[in-house]
Amino acid sequence: MSTLTEAPPPLAPAKSAAKPPRRRGRFTPYWLLLPGILWLVVFFALPLVYQASTSVQTGSLEEGYKVTWHFATYWNALSEYWPQFLRSIFYAAGATVLCLLLGYPLAYLIAFRAGRWRNLIMILVIAPFFTSFLIRTLAWKTILADNGPVVHALNSLHILDLTDFLGWTAGDRVLATPLAVVCGLTYNFLPFMILPLYTSLERIDGRLHEAAGDLYAKPSTTFRKVTFPLSMPGVVSGTLLTFIPAAGDYVNSELLGSTDTRMIGNVIQTQFLRILDYPTAAALSFILMAAILAMVTIYIRRSGTEDLV
Amino acid sequence: MPVVNWLKRHLVVIAGLFTLAYLLLPNVIVTVFSFNKPKGRFNYQWQQFSLDAWKQPCGVADMCNSLSLSLQIAVWATLGATVLGTMISFALVRYRFRARGAINSLIFLPMAMPEVVMAASLLTLFLNMGAQLGFWTILIAHIMFCLSFVVTAVKARVMSMDPRLEEAARDLYAGPVQTFLRVTLPIAAPGIAAGALLSFALSFDDFIITNFNAGSTVTFPMFVWGSAQRGTPVQINVIGTAMFLLAVLLVLVSMLINNRRNSQKA
Repeated sequence: MSTLTEAPPPLAPAKSAAKPPRRRGRFTPYWLLLPGILWLVVFFALPLVYQASTSVQTGSLEEGYKVTWHFATYWNALSEYWPQFLRSIFYAAGATVLCLLLGYPLAYLIAFRAGRWRNLIMILVIAPFFTSFLIRTLAWKTILADNGPVVHALNSLHILDLTDFLGWTAGDRVLATPLAVVCGLTYNFLPFMILPLYTSLERIDGRLHEAAGDLYAKPSTTFRKVTFPLSMPGVVSGTLLTFIPAAGDYVNSELLGSTDTRMIGNVIQTQFLRILDYPTAAALSFILMAAILAMVTIYIRRSGTEDLV
Repeated sequence: MPVVNWLKRHLVVIAGLFTLAYLLLPNVIVTVFSFNKPKGRFNYQWQQFSLDAWKQPCGVADMCNSLSLSLQIAVWATLGATVLGTMISFALVRYRFRARGAINSLIFLPMAMPEVVMAASLLTLFLNMGAQLGFWTILIAHIMFCLSFVVTAVKARVMSMDPRLEEAARDLYAGPVQTFLRVTLPIAAPGIAAGALLSFALSFDDFIITNFNAGSTVTFPMFVWGSAQRGTPVQINVIGTAMFLLAVLLVLVSMLINNRRNSQKA
């Protein structure tokens, strides 16, 4: 196809000459990538394909399953389990908001106010990671126990009356109610909010605060107009890191909740490991994945930090 | 109103410390209840002070077996994920090649997917292959989900590294192996260590993915899960307390070493 008019671009050789000469082979990156990428393809991507095919199969455990493109499984799963889906989204969203409200002051404290205590507080935030989270979640059973001090205090302050009215708790109980599950989710994913928030707060130049102060901004105005906008990357990645795992979690609702607080993770787990209805379980987890991907995409677009991901 | 003013000025500190207390309260409870002598099978109510559990941390059938299994899996998963992840990060930072974007998203996706989805799909694969669920399937799964975290941690470090240091080494007639071992690796080490530490913690603590892919094999988190239904031995709290103290100690020591190194440089 080459004609005289299509001269080779003169810039190309000049460009490559400007680069430092490579002493390693041309295929080196591929050799470096091969084992790890192969691992991810075989044990992450391929399973998703298998799951997609399982979700459109029909059959039974005894006779075996066949791909029959039975998309009705999706419809049936959705119409039967939409309350659990909705609940998962609500609980995860509630936990994410609580994580942001609780995590921001602590991240701010570590970044700007802790001084020589900074390292110690940092250790105390990270160290619980190394204690099994299941053990710590079980500890919430003791903390929120029916006759425990927390329930007593909330009761005497008449807070439980209010949460009962809102449907978050039931009677004098906190355990086995939505409040307990959201409290557990918030607790479990709080470090995933604090660490990205801290990283982005720490990058902020302290002189910007001084400048705002010199321009007669009140501390609250400085926060609203300078600090918070500059910490947006941390807010976005923190909310994603808490929302996504919280939406799929089934440990908190199992240990701290009741049958009325079952989330979609509980349903997928039961379908897969106890009822052994693989097509329904596969369809459910695909719907969860699609819903989360859709919400995350919209959220990232809206927050305008596309370069983050 | 001086009190109100004081509260206003220190609002952030008070709120931050409140969050810290919320974060640490379960650890306090775990520690306190490791000294409890419970009535019945569950250790949810304070009865009586006792050192029994601390004297016999392995006094519960199968608990220490599951603990040692979890440690073994965590060590191998950390090794596997760290080696594979470090290789990927070097390729991604140091070379320009086709499919870089695709590879970047393949690495990002496992971190952005709910664990239960990954767990269920991996089980589908293993069932289809007729694989025997147990040690190996757990290890495969753990290396898979730790890999992305290692790549992210190492990449951040390698990106901030000056490539001219390696060029200088080569100009001084260091071979490729020598350059890598004596220049590249020491500079990248903190990133690799961070990735490895994260892998270890993630693998050791993972419940959801293990629960799907373990078959009848019981890791420590699965033992704790089972005990929540059958009865929780006090020894679980002993292990929890010991792990927390060990983690604090390890971080403190590593920070002291860092500080000393920095002050020597200065």
